[in-house]
Amino acid sequence: MTAILELRNVDAAYGPTQVLKALNLAVEEGGISTLLGANGAGKTTILRAICNMMVCVSGEIRFAGVRIDGKATEDIARLGVAHVPDGRGTFLDLTVEENLRLGAYTRRDKGIGTDFDRLRGYFPHLMKRLRQQAGTLSGGEQQMLAISRALMLRPKLLLLDEPSFGLAPLVVQEIFRILRTINRNEGVSILLVEQNAHLALELADHAYLIETGCIVMGGPAGIIARDDATRRAYLGY
Amino acid sequence: MQGFLHQLLSGLANGGIYASLALALVMIYQATHHVNFAQGAMAMFSTYIAWALIDTGFSYWAAFGLTLLFSFLAGVTVERIIIRPVERGPALTIVIVFVGLLLILNSLAAWIFGYTIKSFPSPFPSTAWYGSKYLSPHEVGMIAVTLVVLILVFLFFRFTPLGLAMRAAAQNPVSSRLVGIRVGWMLAFGWGLAAAIGGVAGMMAAPIVYLDPDMMSGILLYGFAAALLGGIDNPWGAVLGGFFVGIMENIAGAYVVGTELKLTVALVIIVGVLVFKPAGLFGRTLVARV
Repeated sequence: MTAILELRNVDAAYGPTQVLKALNLAVEEGGISTLLGANGAGKTTILRAICNMMVCVSGEIRFAGVRIDGKATEDIARLGVAHVPDGRGTFLDLTVEENLRLGAYTRRDKGIGTDFDRLRGYFPHLMKRLRQQAGTLSGGEQQMLAISRALMLRPKLLLLDEPSFGLAPLVVQEIFRILRTINRNEGVSILLVEQNAHLALELADHAYLIETGCIVMGGPAGIIARDDATRRAYLGY
Repeated sequence: MQGFLHQLLSGLANGGIYASLALALVMIYQATHHVNFAQGAMAMFSTYIAWALIDTGFSYWAAFGLTLLFSFLAGVTVERIIIRPVERGPALTIVIVFVGLLLILNSLAAWIFGYTIKSFPSPFPSTAWYGSKYLSPHEVGMIAVTLVVLILVFLFFRFTPLGLAMRAAAQNPVSSRLVGIRVGWMLAFGWGLAAAIGGVAGMMAAPIVYLDPDMMSGILLYGFAAALLGGIDNPWGAVLGGFFVGIMENIAGAYVVGTELKLTVALVIIVGVLVFKPAGLFGRTLVARV
């Protein structure tokens, strides 16, 4: 297997405050990796570092073999990296349809209609609300919209920042089920940041534990899930 | 009654100019949260370019089109070269840059074109059939041109991918970058568009107020009043505010304060809105579901 995303020796800082230290990680092509860790460990910062957004980054970041560190956020998106950020990044004043069209903004082809059909398969309820203002959707629908907007880019890699945040358990399960389908059907690789370690380890094939900006453990999700220390620290049993 | 109707309608014609300028102000405010004090000076400079083009023998409408193109490119250039380096600076820095830009454009226009007041032609002949005892042909033309510009701007923002991207970039720059929108360029296009709209306002106003480096300073005040009255973050409000201010100004000038004190109407509106309803009539207090 080849890695679609690779971070080698990456440091990241907000102004004078260093957050990530000599970080190494990889996402396999077609795989799902997850980043687990406490609040403030640096999980969100890792995603921001990949997209060169709001942080200062040094080190080497490769996407599909090409170095992307130092590129502008919009150019990284244009390569096929779709980032669903912390707080979902919805354009609240625009309609659902406008949000989706923005997702496809960089694409030159005319296949937007077929994309809408594809999304209808995943999120039938959301796609009935195309004309509704995005800010009036429920939290779950907004998360689905954020994922849909990311898919409109036809990404090779999907970065998800806590898709379960603030949602009811049933909705979370639904979203995770759909994420698995998207990964299998479309071959989109996923890097997932998640508080709900249990669900994340079920979905992912690879997991990293982050503590204060460093990776303290990394390996196949199944092994991490059975590790005693992890279970006590993150799974609570 | 006839006099009143005349004041009302010619107020509407002036209002079109205020509406255009207010729209230009709001467009830049929405994207950057700064009020461009140089908007009037930019419009004045565009009008001088139109005058120079007509003077060298271009027909009015050719000069009109070329001036819009020039204004757009100049607006983009100003944003890229002058505004961008201070974009993230404190508000006061940006205000000073705007004031500096205003002074530079004022002096530059006087230096290149001279201080003497020039007359500026109207494309609408004074004997045209659409003139009446209430409105001169130029005033009718002014209203028509303003409405066409406003409708084109609306269609552009509502129905084109670039317009959508510009709205997105103004609203949520971080997310816009994540979908691949070049936010910096969207801001520059916004400046270009605002400059072009201002240019239309300048060219429509010049036959009435005459062409001189200070021609837009009073009009800019009415534009501010209009934008504030409508809500500085609402383009529709700014346009309605523009027409409203135009009518108020004329009626107050004719019946209440007299023509010498007309400009105070704008100042009274500005102070009144800021004191009693800072969000303006159609502005909104932000509410979002989280």
